[in-house]
Amino acid sequence: MIVLSNIIVDGLIYGILLFMIAVGLSITMGLMRFVNLAHGVFAMLGGYVAITLISSVGMPWVVGVMLAVVVVSLVSIPLERFLISRVYGRTALDQVLLTIGVTFIAIALASLIFGTRMSAMPLPALLSGSMDVGFRTMPAQRILVLISGILVFLSLWLVIEKTTFGIRLRAAVDHPATASAVGINTRLVATVAFALGAGMAALGGIVGSSLLPIEPYYPLKYMVLFLSVVAVGGLGSLVGTLASALTLGMVDTATKYLAPEYSSILFFIAIIIIISMRPNGMFGRGVNV
Amino acid sequence: MFESKVVASNAVKRHVKVPLLPEICILVAGVVCFYIFPSNLGFLTEIVVMALFVLSLDLLLGYTGIATLGQAAMFGAGAYCAGLFAMYVHPDPLIGLLVAGIIGAGIALVSGSFMLRTHGLSFIILTIAVAELLFAAANQAQDITGGDNGLYGFAVAPLFGIFEFDFYGRTGFFYSLSILALAFLLMRQLVRSPFGLAAKGLREDQERMRALGYPVYRHLMIIYAIAGSMAGVAGGLSAQTVQVVGLQSLSFTLSAEALVMLILGGTGRLYGALIGTVIFMVVHHMAAALDPSTWMLFIGLLLVTTVLFLPKGLMQLFDIFMAWIKVGRRSE
Repeated sequence: MIVLSNIIVDGLIYGILLFMIAVGLSITMGLMRFVNLAHGVFAMLGGYVAITLISSVGMPWVVGVMLAVVVVSLVSIPLERFLISRVYGRTALDQVLLTIGVTFIAIALASLIFGTRMSAMPLPALLSGSMDVGFRTMPAQRILVLISGILVFLSLWLVIEKTTFGIRLRAAVDHPATASAVGINTRLVATVAFALGAGMAALGGIVGSSLLPIEPYYPLKYMVLFLSVVAVGGLGSLVGTLASALTLGMVDTATKYLAPEYSSILFFIAIIIIISMRPNGMFGRGVNV
Repeated sequence: MFESKVVASNAVKRHVKVPLLPEICILVAGVVCFYIFPSNLGFLTEIVVMALFVLSLDLLLGYTGIATLGQAAMFGAGAYCAGLFAMYVHPDPLIGLLVAGIIGAGIALVSGSFMLRTHGLSFIILTIAVAELLFAAANQAQDITGGDNGLYGFAVAPLFGIFEFDFYGRTGFFYSLSILALAFLLMRQLVRSPFGLAAKGLREDQERMRALGYPVYRHLMIIYAIAGSMAGVAGGLSAQTVQVVGLQSLSFTLSAEALVMLILGGTGRLYGALIGTVIFMVVHHMAAALDPSTWMLFIGLLLVTTVLFLPKGLMQLFDIFMAWIKVGRRSE
């Protein structure tokens, strides 16, 4: 019973983290039919910027984290405009190659600047201990993951369902040609969505650094994980991405609890089975890259 | 009148062509390298093995349009199988190679049976996931594969019972070179055959091929299996000539590096695969003094610039050059 409740609670938190990091990827892939293997770079970058701002510059934790998120969003804009957007509409292979290239460059720069070992995220006193949540104690960081994840989901939902930008975004995901025919600037929508997604990935990378430690190989190590969340959830679907992130989070946590030695083998088998059964996602809106 | 003359002269030219010219070129180039760099035979063998692996990727990517990121799965499986076969079953190199090829084809058939039904993102993730699965399994089964230390301690019997795999790697080099030339010949026949043309059709438009009544899935499976067996043979060669099999033979980095080599040379041309491999491996060898991070930075920049500026690879430079010469001649 305790194992089961642990799997559910830890899986839920892990899943929420995966959602935060992958949701931007899902939206931009749904928008531009673009295969992006470099999304994890933003999560890693967020982690490194936050560590630098807090440890080296000495900013207060909350300020450092928020500034890091903003910095990553800003950095992602020229990247999308001048690099990524040049392969929109090209073959999937070209997109894969370009984004692998970007990933390799990021890994190399991170190792040259920060070293190849894991970097520890500085934490304020409030977050470094553990908290009693009634039936068990839990590291306070995980509660932070849960809270930020829920906030990200709610604010994204509000933006997508209730604002003009959200209407444009949904229109562009559903049918880009028609959306641009009725006067929606789909390129601008794509850039804004890309920057938003990068910012959320950065936030996920920072608050989730106890679960997915910040290191240079981060973007490569978790590439399959993030991409699988998107593929299983269906491209461009908010609720689908949440559901798939929670499912995969639970599956991964369950394999780690029940068969720690075989966890990565079992996890890949699970991903292979899920994706081959539902290649357009569990809740797929049928958008294909 | 004039046109028919041109056609006729072309036809005559084609008859004069030396048969097996490309294969002879490969062998001659190999022999020349053998005499110029006698102390680097290990490295030369590595290039030859990689060229075979990249050739298998070219069949998938360049000719059939299957964008895979997990070709190392077949390479690594072939390598481990050849090593284990030599260790426990039979030390003969050719039988070992055959087994490696069969294993490569088998893995391709099993994984292809579900992967090739998907497209786009799902397909790409599945190719990575299958290779990662094998990597994790090989890492887990340390009793069999040696895990991080690698699989070593297997001996390969002399080729045809005569040529021993010596310390200098002479046998290993000519053995790999012959296999590469043979594979190149088979590939050339394959891509020119109706079967190969149909593969190009699949690359251009799968839906149309389906509409024409073509058995698309079956065709993809056969090509995937052929490429898988070639990758398996390349892995087997690597195991037999290096005599160590490491986990990196199943790694994502190997799949990505093979892609870089292919893209560098230019996809969809068999020469491109060879030239790209040679350039990449030589640069890698010269940059061995660099630390791994700088090397990774280099590959990344190379990928980005190639995709943006030379989408058809370095062979595009050659095309541009030839076109430039032609224009020059015409203006004269």
